[in-house]
Amino acid sequence: MAIFRDYSTQKRDRSASDRQRHKELVRKKIKDGIADIIAEEAIIGQNRNKKIKVPIKGVKEYQFVFGKNEKGAAQGTGQEKKGQVIQDNRQKGGQKGIGEAGNSPGEDIYETEITIEEAVNMMFEDLELPDLDRKKFFQTEAETLRKLLGYQKKGIRNRLSKRKTMINRIKRMKAQQPEENESFPFHNNDLVYRRLTIDIKENSNAVVFCIMDTSASMDQIKKYLARSFYFLLYTFLKNRYRNTEIVFIAHHTEAKEVNEKDFFHKVESGGTMISSGYKKAIEIIEQRYNPAIWNIYAFHCSDGDNFSSDNKSAIEAATALAQVCNLFGYGEIKPNTSYSWSSMIDEYKRINEENFIALKIRSKENIWPALKKFLTLDKNGVLDD
Amino acid sequence: MSNWTLSDLKVWNDRIENIAKEMGLDYFPQEYEVCDYHDMLGYQSYVGMPTRYPHWSFGKAFEKQHTMYKLGMSGLAYEMVINTNPCLAYLMIDNPLAMQVLTMAHVYGHNDFFKNNIHFSHTRPELALEMFRLHSNRVRSYIETPSIGIEKVERILDAAHSIRYQTDRNLLIKSLDVQEQKNNFYKNLNREPDPWDHLKPQDSRTQYDFEPDPVLDLLGFIADNNKYLEDWERDLLNMVKKESLYFLPQMETKVMNEGWASFWHFTILNRLELPADMHMDLIRSHNQVIRPHVGGLNPYHVGYTIFTKLAGSDGHQIKYDIDPQIFEVRTVDRDISFLRRFLTQELADELHLFEYQQRGTRITISEVADDDGWNKVKNTLLKNIGSNSIPIIKVQEVNPRKNTLILKHEYDERELELNYTRKTLEHIHTLWKNPIVLDTTVDNRSVRCTFSDGNFTVEES
Repeated sequence: MAIFRDYSTQKRDRSASDRQRHKELVRKKIKDGIADIIAEEAIIGQNRNKKIKVPIKGVKEYQFVFGKNEKGAAQGTGQEKKGQVIQDNRQKGGQKGIGEAGNSPGEDIYETEITIEEAVNMMFEDLELPDLDRKKFFQTEAETLRKLLGYQKKGIRNRLSKRKTMINRIKRMKAQQPEENESFPFHNNDLVYRRLTIDIKENSNAVVFCIMDTSASMDQIKKYLARSFYFLLYTFLKNRYRNTEIVFIAHHTEAKEVNEKDFFHKVESGGTMISSGYKKAIEIIEQRYNPAIWNIYAFHCSDGDNFSSDNKSAIEAATALAQVCNLFGYGEIKPNTSYSWSSMIDEYKRINEENFIALKIRSKENIWPALKKFLTLDKNGVLDD
Repeated sequence: MSNWTLSDLKVWNDRIENIAKEMGLDYFPQEYEVCDYHDMLGYQSYVGMPTRYPHWSFGKAFEKQHTMYKLGMSGLAYEMVINTNPCLAYLMIDNPLAMQVLTMAHVYGHNDFFKNNIHFSHTRPELALEMFRLHSNRVRSYIETPSIGIEKVERILDAAHSIRYQTDRNLLIKSLDVQEQKNNFYKNLNREPDPWDHLKPQDSRTQYDFEPDPVLDLLGFIADNNKYLEDWERDLLNMVKKESLYFLPQMETKVMNEGWASFWHFTILNRLELPADMHMDLIRSHNQVIRPHVGGLNPYHVGYTIFTKLAGSDGHQIKYDIDPQIFEVRTVDRDISFLRRFLTQELADELHLFEYQQRGTRITISEVADDDGWNKVKNTLLKNIGSNSIPIIKVQEVNPRKNTLILKHEYDERELELNYTRKTLEHIHTLWKNPIVLDTTVDNRSVRCTFSDGNFTVEES
């Protein structure tokens, strides 16, 4: 005589944490792959609320499987003829019944839709402006801390307060005095969730100098790479930090401070004197950004095609700039498709400043790793191709 | 809303059980749990186990099945039976009474099969739930250990899962240990073993030097022989191996088990003397379950067709004496031997079996079950059944110089998918922690795949 156990009203959701973990892994995959997507030309300069579709390969479970020359056997209607082409819409049979241990690899593709802003946030989740010192006057604010505001009855699972919930259950148990051995399940009313609020963390003042070479040798591809780099940097700063000031400097033989729009869209031409850009930055720092009060970051993108007569003064100016900055990053744009005669990276080997980082950007795939290296002060493989 | 109560189910179950017993089914005590669709999805993603160790792949299985169910791409299991003693089965609360009756009759077929089929003899059904529960507790405790944590546990479990079926496939075939192999070798050769054999350089081996057989149990080999594994890592490997050995017989007997259960639910239903309307409902459900899946393979249909033939029926009538030899078949066979023995040309034709092959993006029919082709179709089917659908990777030896693990793929005209091979070797490297070499065949040439220092190479050998 069989035993029947009734449908239980105690809802438990045993796969919840495994589903959560799977979601985290999918999210990680999106994050790892997003740099390629974000560097797409069409996205640069787009409205940040624009939704983009991201196809994500599911988290695969690899094992040894047979490859292309495997034959299969299936059931048909009896009308099949040798050589006949059948469509590739076979349904997999037998999902019902006893559990079967699956053994066929499936292509699980998740397509998710996210905004550019979300995508950028994911990319920069773990990054910070490096060495952000506490300077005298706080002004830069960043949304970081989540502060406990109290408790509430409804909430998401992550914020379940196990301790409070347990206490409620015990209280109820004491009140009801159940029989010994009787199971005493959690009740919905026992559940208590933490209420959190986003707290604004105050950071010190920060200013970021974006210095770009706009000379004639900076052709379309190079300018695109440089602008992509600054677009990412700009989006990162705008999303993560409030009140961070950004100064745009465009230079060829002369340098001038420009606004955001001109920086990203205007085309210039002429020869190159890199020192001019640095000198302009130093000049602005002297006028407006006292290093005692400001955290200063500078980035310079150029193809390194400098007038050789300027090399010496470029090195001097770069050293001077690095000395007042928390970080000075030089990105040399050298696409594989074009050939440049000279490289400032070789010249910059002479600079012995801890916070000076120089590296090459060859393609759009390099942009994200380059930015990451700058921001994590990673000098490894700096001069490598 | 369902049109039944728990006591209705009890009444029907008693009648079903009496018939099952009368007809010679020999089963474990039966227990049912009535659950809703969300629970059922949950059970499905954990292969039926009420407790199982945490791993993201189960969450993925849940999401996938949930999505497919919502999109109407696949139905939900209307029943699940697991190999435990007492035998545990789940019934869906939303199913109408007729469906529950069919399901309960079906359950006794599975229950009998689990208890009697010889390939399940090592699975210890009386301890199964306990084993899964203990494993779950241990994995959770590793995850909670500060020095280990979820990421390290996942790394090992991911890797172990990648080779979980690279283990003894058929425990009924006794593999000889090295000493026994050695004794046989020298007995056949009629010479004494040289006590210095093991010191000879490896490449100077002649046909007179003993070489042990490659080992089929890759997962177990790593657990037993990698001295660099930490205790908890080795424990995880052994756990995955135990669970795989528990599940393997189910993979190996899918067609038989479903066929057997379907044969019995149909036979029992016909003896239940049901009211006419209920009988019609049941026949409709029965036909739904055992209909052929065009373009796929419905194990219910294939297994049911063969068992009814063996029992002496044409599948439609039930007025016959059941040939008792089917009980012997359900005891000794597994899908591969079952189909090899009983899939005749007549049956292959009746099941409309065909063979297909992918050429480029198109899939074409390469053989049909006619006089010339049916044997080829059958052989292809056999290759895709149960563990035959998983490549066999054996351990040849460990090269002592760099502690390289040398593996061999038993090539049977089917090539390995190289991207999956690379990723799997990476996983094995996580477990072995030293270089891995795999010999296989690509485009009819012997090649050697190597995974070492993070690099994967394929070279002709």
